[in-house]
Amino acid sequence: MGEALHEIALTVNGVVRRARVPARRLLSDCLRHDLGLTGTHVGCEHGVCGCCTVLMDGAPARSCLTFAVTADGHEITTVEGLAGPDGALSPVQRAFSECHALQCGFCTPGFLCTVTALLRETPAPTDEQVVEGISGNLCRCTGYQNIVKAVHRAAELIADEDGTPAAAGGEA
Amino acid sequence: MKPPPFDYHAPTDLGETLEVLAGAGAHAKVLAGGQSLIPLLNMRLASPSHLVDINRVAELDTIVVRGGGVRVGALARHAAVERSEAAARALPLLRAALRQVAHPVIRNRGTVVGSLVHADPSAELPAVLTVLEGSVRLARHGGGEREVPASEFFVGPLESALRPGELAVSAFFPALPPRAGSAFCEVARRHGDYAVAGAAAVVVLDDDQRIASARVACVSAGPVPVLLDLSEVCARRPAASADWAAVAAAVRDRVDPEGDIHATADYRRHLTGVLAERALRVAAQEAAGEGTGESADG
Repeated sequence: MGEALHEIALTVNGVVRRARVPARRLLSDCLRHDLGLTGTHVGCEHGVCGCCTVLMDGAPARSCLTFAVTADGHEITTVEGLAGPDGALSPVQRAFSECHALQCGFCTPGFLCTVTALLRETPAPTDEQVVEGISGNLCRCTGYQNIVKAVHRAAELIADEDGTPAAAGGEA
Repeated sequence: MKPPPFDYHAPTDLGETLEVLAGAGAHAKVLAGGQSLIPLLNMRLASPSHLVDINRVAELDTIVVRGGGVRVGALARHAAVERSEAAARALPLLRAALRQVAHPVIRNRGTVVGSLVHADPSAELPAVLTVLEGSVRLARHGGGEREVPASEFFVGPLESALRPGELAVSAFFPALPPRAGSAFCEVARRHGDYAVAGAAAVVVLDDDQRIASARVACVSAGPVPVLLDLSEVCARRPAASADWAAVAAAVRDRVDPEGDIHATADYRRHLTGVLAERALRVAAQEAAGEGTGESADG
């Protein structure tokens, strides 16, 4: 239809990826369709469900409420980038697995990205901080209790890894 | 693709932005955080022919705290203003209200000025700007700037005084005078949702700790934030002996909210009275307490 295409370069999970996209391509669609990274899930596509949450320059953002062209030149971390280079699960991923913090798993990529950033900023969150932190992510299966547990567990795992005492603020 | 097509512009400085906006005409929209605009595009409720993305205009990413108040640039994200200790010291109301704006992840991208220009009467920040009697600075290519007071800026639901070709470059939230306090209260069906009702309150005491001025801006109570001056009802009494029931009744009398699937008009009116009273009581307490007001000189 002759729609203008824009050349963009995103650093996705540490790798520079280029794409030619129309300006209206959502970052979520760019990741999934142009770059083949289907780990980022798309639920409501208007910012309510949180499934598509990725990290943009380290801060969680809704990829369905961001245009790919706006993300040009920025660093994006998707769920595919959370595990180590050898495929070892990140502490947050391990905690979700250990605590049964997922059932169907559709919302999980968004939760993992959100929680990864939450624990970077608040390494030992209280229950209240956890609930506030994940309030923008919907899960229709778990009832959230195990997700809250997993966040506390992930905080412990990260503290163990870092060798810092886990000054847990919440009672998981 | 969900959003309709548009011509995309990504200016890198303010001059270029204004030039692009001037050339783009009446069907241009400015894209900052996009947390309200992109849902509208995704649902095809809006279809601007031009989108001017200001995310690369670094000079608009500012939070300036001076004695007189806090000036927030067009690209300052909710999260940045919320985290600014200087802004919170100068104006605790701003942080209190920002914490009620959607969810943390939305606040990472959304901007304060964007929320104001979006002019949703159910949103927190228009009420805060209104009760503080702040203003929005609008600029246009070759035409200089105009500072529009909150009372004239909010024109109707999702409608502001912004004219085609203009950019809202910043918003100014005036600091409180000495012996003043503020509070923000709202009720939402779920935390982070738009409020069913809410109130931003400012109370100023006189030298004898009596209420000299009491104002609230009500959320979701009309087509724009509804500013009510309740100083007369407070009748220059100390907070402890003020007739708060009369204050709540006066609020109920003066608002005319609409009913929808979330709440009937009557319930919303009742709730507005309750929340306005609650916010005013807290504001009066803060005004009487230690430490408030001094930050106005900061």
